[in-house]
Amino acid sequence: MSTTAKPAAAREPGRTRRFVTPEGVDLRLTLGEASERAAAFLIDLLVMVAILTAITILCWAMLTGGRHADLPLPAIIWLLSFFLLRSFYFTVFELRPSNATPGKRLMGLRVAARDGGRLGADAIFARNLMREVEIFLPVTMFFAGDDQVSGWIAAAGLVWTGIFLFFPLFNRDRLRVGDLLAGTWVVKLPRRALLADLATTPAAAGPGFTTGQLRAYGVKELQVLETVLRQNRDATVREVAERIRRKIDWHGEAMPDAAFLQAYYLALRRELEGKLLFGKRRRDKHDT
Amino acid sequence: MSDATVSDAPLRDIPLRSHRFRREREAEWQRLEALLKLAESGRWGRLSDDDLLAIPVLYRSAISALSIARATSLDQGLVRYLEALCTRAYFFVYGGRASLGERLGHFFARGWARAVQGLWRELLAAFLITLLGAVVAYAMVQADPDWYRSFVPMGLAGGRDPDATAQYLRGTLYDEDKTAADALSVFATYLFTHNARIAIMTFALGFAFCLPTALLLAYNGAVLGAMVAVFVRKDLGFELGGWLLIHGVTELLAIILAGAAGLRIGLAVAFPGAESRLHSASLAGRQAATAMGGVVLMLVLAGLLEGFGRQMIQSDLWRYAIAGSTAAFWALYFGWPRKAAGAGDA
Repeated sequence: MSTTAKPAAAREPGRTRRFVTPEGVDLRLTLGEASERAAAFLIDLLVMVAILTAITILCWAMLTGGRHADLPLPAIIWLLSFFLLRSFYFTVFELRPSNATPGKRLMGLRVAARDGGRLGADAIFARNLMREVEIFLPVTMFFAGDDQVSGWIAAAGLVWTGIFLFFPLFNRDRLRVGDLLAGTWVVKLPRRALLADLATTPAAAGPGFTTGQLRAYGVKELQVLETVLRQNRDATVREVAERIRRKIDWHGEAMPDAAFLQAYYLALRRELEGKLLFGKRRRDKHDT
Repeated sequence: MSDATVSDAPLRDIPLRSHRFRREREAEWQRLEALLKLAESGRWGRLSDDDLLAIPVLYRSAISALSIARATSLDQGLVRYLEALCTRAYFFVYGGRASLGERLGHFFARGWARAVQGLWRELLAAFLITLLGAVVAYAMVQADPDWYRSFVPMGLAGGRDPDATAQYLRGTLYDEDKTAADALSVFATYLFTHNARIAIMTFALGFAFCLPTALLLAYNGAVLGAMVAVFVRKDLGFELGGWLLIHGVTELLAIILAGAAGLRIGLAVAFPGAESRLHSASLAGRQAATAMGGVVLMLVLAGLLEGFGRQMIQSDLWRYAIAGSTAAFWALYFGWPRKAAGAGDA
């Protein structure tokens, strides 16, 4: 993935999906990026390793502590917890109401059903049982090899994991093989603060704009202007104000750039929202 | 720009409609957000009954605000905030909030058995494949005992090979030694985790058009057939039957079930029928996974029967009796008609 900034419009539809609630409103879910998924998985892996280390130390202490030295209990505990951790760590966490493992929660992700319905236990089982062949089987193969034949098996295992590992990159919805079989996908659970409304400032002292001047731009430009005002960077504000003054042929009173933009934003939004009420959405400045 | 010179100056002091719209509802949204924050972090105790009842109401008002805002407001910050808030609330309101206990109860009462019933064709196929593997291996080992070593790995054989004496083989079936029993419980645990992984793999590999699953099933049958052949050659067939079936009924059924679930996925991927391949795969995947959910539990039961039942019960007839009753139990549990919701639990 390149780090160069792409225009938001070109990037957004790629990961945004229609998701219509029973109320008939499209929530426009954003899918989790492959990088976020990988990070979440690594975090979960670390947690699993940490738990296993703790159990290993416990079992070792039981063995050397003497009291249970002759009992097979530590070995049984270790074998069982290793198995449970490996096979059910993901399942148990995703069965909880948050539908997310600790790693996914940290990355702001959760599992959801692709058809918009309830996420059933069957789907969670299906997507996580597949991990056994996607990750753990090849890893076992990889560490098993020490002679010639096993070396080839290890190589095959590596190719195998590679295919599964990069599978999400080869489909639009970033589905694992497990997601494919379970009818699930991983979506972002955004947390956004309610930003202040820019249209609050009373423009009593501000200038008036003519209708002609307010017809210079459409919704897209208005929202760019909103972003500029929210970020409030001096250089950008100056440049944008300059450009708008030129475009609308502004000869009114001289005023600071920020205040000018604020006033123009308010007037433009009033104009465009007024049209919106009559069913006319002017998408951008080229829209007539 | 020449035609219109009307100024917007007279309107300047009237707040925007979209601003008033937002001001009137802001408090509600923020209450919803605060409640969701508590609910998401699992601090249910701090939510009163009123709060819990309020969440769906607040959600519906937020989602209607979202569609109004999309249609009438050009405040991008507001629309994005509402989208995020509604998404979080949606998952809370419509997400499965059944507790783990409720889910399990439903699973054992109906879900599992119904999923298994839906797999009967694949179950039959998986059983026949296992049987085929067993019969072929049996015939081969009967014809030439050297084949045994290519079927049964040394770790599993534990000295039970064609060269062993009848005396030794009999000894492996009836074990009285207590220290050996302790070691065996570790071995039983190991066998259980091993079997469970094999079962999960048999299931998960099914998506590769059934082939690996069928191979694993046939191989599993072959190990069994080869083992039986060795004991039958020493006239210990009946005794081996008791030793094997006391847990084997459950264990073999579990592995055949896992195989059937894998076959189901493979068939759905290979022959999606009228559905799209993706949809067909996800339908089959969920049904098969439900059937798989219980397989691990069956293997736990099998492990217990193997580790303890077999050590404590040394009589052939009792072993056969237990094998027979587990078989009857599973047949009743899975076979009991459950068309109507809430029908009898076996």
